[in-house]
Parts: sequence; structure tokens; C-alpha cells
Amino acid sequence: MGILDSKVPKGPLAAKWTQHKNDINLVNPANKRNIDIIVVGTGLAGGSAAATLAELGYNVKTFCYQDSPRRAHSIAAQGGINAAKNYQGDGDSPYRLFYDTIKGGDYRSREANVYRLAEESANIIDQCVAQGVPFAREYGGMLDNRSFGGVLVSRTFYAKGQTGQQLLLGAYSAMNRQINRGKIQSFNRHEMMDMVLVDGKARGIIARDLVTGKIERHSAHAVVLATGGYGNVFFLSTNAMGSNVMAAWRAHRRGAFFANPCFTQIHPTCIPVSGDHQSKLTLMSESLRNDGRIWVPKRKDDAIAIREGKLKPIQLKEEDRDYYLERRYPAFGNLVPRDVASRAAKERCDAGFGVNKTGEAVYLDFASAIQRYGEEEALTHGIKNADDKEITRLGKKVVEAKYGNLFQMYEKIVDENPYETPMMIYPAVHYTMGGLWVDYNLQTTIEGCYCAGEANFSDHGANRLGASALMQGLADGYFVLPYTIGDYLSKDIRTGAIPTDSPEFDAAEKTVQDRLDKLMAGSGQHSVDFYHKKLGKIMWDKCGMARNAEHLQEAIDEISALRADFWANVKIPGKADGMNQELEKAGRVADFLELGELFAKDALTRNESCGGHFREEYQTAEGEALRDDENFKFVSAWEYKGEPKDAVLHKEELKYENIELKTRSYK
Amino acid sequence: MKLNLKIWRQKDANAKGELVTYPIKGIEGDMSFLEMLDVLNEELINKGDEPVQFDHDCREGICGACSLQINGEPHGPDRLVTTCQLHMRKFNDGDTIVIEPFRATAFPVINDLIVDRSSFDRIQQAGGYISVNTSGNTVDANATPINKHAADEAMDAATCIGCGACVAACKNASAMLFTSAKVSQFALLPQGQVEAVDRVQNMVRQMDLEGFGNCTNTGACEIECPKGISLENIARMNREYLSATTKG
Repeated sequence: MGILDSKVPKGPLAAKWTQHKNDINLVNPANKRNIDIIVVGTGLAGGSAAATLAELGYNVKTFCYQDSPRRAHSIAAQGGINAAKNYQGDGDSPYRLFYDTIKGGDYRSREANVYRLAEESANIIDQCVAQGVPFAREYGGMLDNRSFGGVLVSRTFYAKGQTGQQLLLGAYSAMNRQINRGKIQSFNRHEMMDMVLVDGKARGIIARDLVTGKIERHSAHAVVLATGGYGNVFFLSTNAMGSNVMAAWRAHRRGAFFANPCFTQIHPTCIPVSGDHQSKLTLMSESLRNDGRIWVPKRKDDAIAIREGKLKPIQLKEEDRDYYLERRYPAFGNLVPRDVASRAAKERCDAGFGVNKTGEAVYLDFASAIQRYGEEEALTHGIKNADDKEITRLGKKVVEAKYGNLFQMYEKIVDENPYETPMMIYPAVHYTMGGLWVDYNLQTTIEGCYCAGEANFSDHGANRLGASALMQGLADGYFVLPYTIGDYLSKDIRTGAIPTDSPEFDAAEKTVQDRLDKLMAGSGQHSVDFYHKKLGKIMWDKCGMARNAEHLQEAIDEISALRADFWANVKIPGKADGMNQELEKAGRVADFLELGELFAKDALTRNESCGGHFREEYQTAEGEALRDDENFKFVSAWEYKGEPKDAVLHKEELKYENIELKTRSYK
Repeated sequence: MKLNLKIWRQKDANAKGELVTYPIKGIEGDMSFLEMLDVLNEELINKGDEPVQFDHDCREGICGACSLQINGEPHGPDRLVTTCQLHMRKFNDGDTIVIEPFRATAFPVINDLIVDRSSFDRIQQAGGYISVNTSGNTVDANATPINKHAADEAMDAATCIGCGACVAACKNASAMLFTSAKVSQFALLPQGQVEAVDRVQNMVRQMDLEGFGNCTNTGACEIECPKGISLENIARMNREYLSATTKG
């Protein structure tokens, strides 16, 4: 266990970060010009890190598989970003944000990292406003806030339902400024295929130019991975189609430990699956739960009639509806955290109360919000004796202003008008809390290899509260990594440029080439998607919202067999020396086939239920998650030893010095 | 549904492209346009042919990666959607659908339906930002109150996804709607004022250098824009530009 040194600074929680910044070594500005840093991934974490590192004076090279950094999947985040500004005066503070995040993560995140996140959160808002991010404002010109699941204050800043887009465009514009200054070289349509280690330190990457197929060598004094999550191991998820685990996984194969792979967030409000052809799932922002009430019919025969199209939801009387979240969790109601809301929806659907054809959907209903807002509007505009029609019209206008783009998106996909009939939603794979293990400085177990944002494991524990992913991405990128990486680089000021003609680069390039050749040599039985869909089905059925030991063992065996079949029989048309999207997918699915097995193995070793990891064997009489702090209050960090079955488990014990571990209750 | 697809195939930037016909059946209304292409590609791969390459990523209408000129219209016949959010229920059984890449000199074809839109990045790099350090040592976000109407209008302009439909829709292949959206976002906010004069001049200069055409107020860009970016932004950019150039 001695291998994992979290390097959490000593001293009181609230002083750790400030003290650490005072203690770490700095690089003088003249020396920064001689230091190169590679940043892989240009979403919120990578884009903001690249911009800030370049601004500090380092030479930065960025890599992304998209045609532009602006398309990184952070762009799709809808709801908002948390910050302990307490502008609303409702009792918020960095400590409360820290407490909610630790509790929401079911006490499986690192205390010091989460406190630092809460501390930096307020800076993020100031920074983004200065960059011209158009956050929502109130009539007095001040920033507006909304509330999110798992908390009792309004601390979420937002830009309509497109907060991720606006924050990413902010980071992208900061990058553009540095590109214009010549401090960032941006390599788009490039994929990192391997990491190069020299004397045990990360010194570069092997990348593939996705347009020409050319294999390239890029060296640097440090490598930052900010490549997002691995939710696409499930095939169907809310992630962008190209989101993959390749960079993190290849670093894992080179010695970076992979932490908590089984902690996956299932988001409660996604548009349900409509058929076998489906390629991905679309999320409806959690902010909808501020105003939408979630229900299913009280009686099973009503649910059956709805499924058969004989009954419409609006025909069901109030007393015939089961607002199950409000019933089970009166204190938080529809705003319980995501894992709790997801499991409750699954429980109702499994019990036969689902409302779409497949029985895998519940309602998210805005009728009472429309009524409430309509009455308020009529009052504030001095409209006396407004009739029901007028109230509904006014109410719809308010709801449209708040969630219009989400309602429009729903209507385009489902072909139903959510202003008139309740939306149908069902949980789907959304965010992965696991990722590369990092210490307090965000360094992985490979020296000089750093990892930020969703790609690392540290801040969200076993479950992520809403509006906290954007916060972590930007805190890591703008404010944490640019400081902590300096401590490491201060030892590199005399190293000089790293040559790319070394034996280490030769060997890494050969590994990449051999892997590509092997993929192209498959016997040609099945397409890449064929394997990806099979893997996804195993993952969803056996490692999804609920898991048990028997199914997890089956998953391990099935994935292992599927992987062998993939390498022997995959069919990739075309050639490797040009653009070949099937080859790109194949490389990514090959990694998912390894990660999926480690995921199941991790889930099998964790004999407790916590957050997004619900083991059926460990639950309370009321069906709530039963955590085991005595035996599982640790981070699982897996060391690569060849096949996933041989991976070795290391444990980082989590120490809670400032928070008392309690059973999570939202009742 | 049975459909007859005519798809532009082109091996690389230098190769000669051509429309190739692919009949397809078993298409359902709930499928997105890109899922329909997934079905075609699975068939092609199983037959040993090369699949059709196209840009796509989030499939939620927000990343701006997907493109496609469908029956002559960017992102197809539906309004306010990207190709990934266009559903096959908008088509009829037996339809012939012509699928081509976005066409513009400044968007050279890379492969099949994929074009190079990096000219858009270069326009942004020429000035589509506020020159503030990312060090976090800035003023409190509420120190400068912003009129709600201005903030909302800035947000409307900022929702541009950079997909290029405006260029593909324009008979002059003009990038005015795209460029003006960014200029407008910053012109409407107090934070953007300091550099407003340089910004609009630099961005317009870069737009011209990239080979985009001029705006002749046809308005096709606004109609085809999946995010409903308004022509008012072009008017605002023209005002900004005029004021910047007369100020010298």
C-alpha cells in the first residue's frame, strides 16, 4: 500500500491548498520558455489547462480527435456549474459545498481535493465572466442561480440549458488567444496512441494523424491527460460517440494506476431508448427536476393501459399518480441526488409501472409548474380574473424561457410536445467517476504524467452531484494543475528539449504500428460496432444500475471471450494510411474490451453498495444502498499486469478528518 | 421505409468525387439521419465495401461536428436542427435523398462527406476572445452588473455551434453569420468593449483571407442555421466594423 502516496499537505483543511501553493517550487519565467508540455484532450479541463500553461510561459502542444477543440464533449453539459458564492444569501459557503459534494459522493472521494474544489469554485465564476461567458442574469444585472439535485441551496450558475457549451467556448477562446500568440500548437484530428516513458518519466506521446494516418512522435517534459470519461464502454450512453478511454488506458498500460473503474454515474433524466438502431442516448438536464415532478401511475392496470396507448397520462387524476420521489424522500423530493433518483425509477419500472412501450420510462411532468408560474405571472402583471387558458399561456411562457431549448430538443427526438404531455425519461449511463489515480498534485503513478477532469478519479467519489463536473474540469485546468505541475517541472529546467529519436520513442512507435497491423489483419467476420454493441449489452445487463456477484463473474468471463473473438475476427475495411473511421473505432473498442473487464472485476471486489455502485446483496430493508465503511473506505487503484484478470489491487485508505461519515439520507 | 440514397464519395482532397446510388430498406421514423447512415455503413462493411465517412460526435445537436447537405439544404429539410437531430420521420417511403458535403472554397473536402472547417478556428484565433489572463485574479463576477436584455442577447449570439451551415447555405459562401455571432456576443457585454475595435477588424480581415465570400443580404444563412442565429448580428457587425474603421 506504500506505493500510493496521496501527498495531501498537512495542516488544517481550509489552509492546506494555500499552504501548499506557498511551499511548492516555482519555475522562473525565462526557464518556462524552455519547457514543453503536451495536453491531450481539449475539453473544459484540457482546454483551460492548455490556455493557462501557455499564458504562464510554457510551450504547449494540444491534441484532440475532433476537428476543433470547440467540439469536445464538455460542450454538451446542460444544467450549470456550482460555486459557493452565496450570492443568494441562503447560507452557502465553501464548507457546505465541500460537505454536499463529499456526502453526495457517498464518502468515497478525497477530502483535501474536494475542499480545494469548493475553495476554487468562486474564482471560476469570476474568471468566466471576465472572459465574456454570458451567464443568466436577473433584472438587476446580478447573476442568477438555480438549485440542483442533492443540495438545499441555490448555488448553480447557468447559461440557459447550454452552460457546458458557454464554458467550453470560454476555454476555447482562451486557447485561441494563446494560439494567436504562438504559445499553443493545436493538433486537431489527432489521437494519442501511446505514451512514451524515458527513465520512468512521461516524456511524450505517439499520435496518429486521423486524416493522413501518419504516426507521429511528440516529446515534452510533461504530459497532461484530460481526455474525459469512459461511459461509452456501455455503447449506449450520453457521451459523444467518439469519447473513448484510449489515452488513459494506454497510460494505464504504461504504469498509471486506474482507480475505481466501477464507479459510473447513471443519470436519471434521459430520453428513453426507442429501438435497436439507437446509437446514443440524449440527456435532459437535471435542472428540469427543479420544476418537473416525477411520477408513474399508482395502479398497475393504468400503467398497462398507458403502455398500450389506451390511456393518456393527462387523463390520469392527481390521486391516481404516484409521485414516488416526493413520497419516499420528503426532504429533497424530486431533487434527490442522481443515484437515488435513478434507482427509484428502476425500482418502479421493474415493478411494472413503466409508461412507454418497453416499460422503461417514467414521467417528468411540468403541468403544476406551468400552473404555478402562470398564477404568479398573472399576479405580477396585474392581470385580474385570469382564466385557466390565460394562466396556462403565461405559465408556458415562463417554462419556455427557462428550459425552451431542452423542450425543443425533446420534441424533435420523441415527436411529442412536452408542454402538453409529460416528458418520458429513464436513467442512462452518463459520467464516470473512476479514472486514472492521481495524487493531490494531479500526478498519476507515472512521474510527469498528469491527469485532470473526468479522466481522473479524485473528486466525485462513488456518485457525482449535478453541476460539479464543469466545476472540477475548470478548477483543475485553470487553477490547480498550472500550479502543481510547476513543482515537478522546476527540476527540469536544465534538461533541454527531449529528443524524439531515442530507443524509447522507437519502441513505442513500433508497439503502435504492430497494434494497428494486428487490427487490420482480423479475419473479417464482424464489424467493430458488432463487438461494441455486444460489450455494451453485457455491461448494462450485468454491471449496470444494479450488480451482483454472480452476474459480475459472468461478465468477466464473457468480456474476456468477446475480446479474444474481436482480435481474431474483427473486420476493418480500407487501409491504415489514410482517414479510416472504422480503424479509429476499432482501436477504441479494443481498449473498452479491456477496461470493461477491469470494471467488472473492480465491482466484484467491492462488497458494498455506494453511490453509483449498487450491489444487490448489500441493501437495507427499504432498498437503500448499504455502505460498508469499515471494510471499503478506500480507493481501488489497479496496476496493469497484462490481462485485466491479472491486474493488482492497491488501496488508498480514505481519511476523513473533518467530516463524520453518516448514512446518506435524503428523507 | 425504403429509400434511394445518392451519396457523394471522394477518396481524399485531390481525388475526383462522384455521386453513388445506394438503395436502403428497413428505415424507421424514430431513427436519426445519422443512424440511418450507420445502418447503411453496417451493410456496406458486411458486403466488404468501404463505409461512407462523415463527421459526427455528440449526436445531441450541440457539438457542431455533423454537417451534410441533404437534398440541397444544410442539415436537411427540418428547421432549427442539426443533421444528428434530424429524424427519418421527416422523409417518406420511396424518397430519393441526395447527400453531399458542405460546399465552399474555404471548406475543402477531406474525405467523402467530411470537410475541413479549420478556417473557422482561424477566424476565432484572429480575435474571437477577450484578452484576460486565466489566473483567477479578476474582479468579482457581480462587480459589473449587466443588463438582463443584453446578457440574453449575448447568449443568443453565443449559441452558435460553428457547424458551417450558414456558409453552405449562402450562394456566396459567406461566413458573415458565424463571424458576426462572436463579434456580437462580445460587443453586447461590457467585458468585450476594450478590444472591440481591433477584434472586429482582425476577424473580418481573417474571414476575407480564408476565401469566404461577401454578404448580399439573401438571408439563407439565418433560415438554415440550426441555432436560429439572427441576421441582426450581421447588422451589428457591420456597425461595429464601420465604427472601427472610421475611428481608424
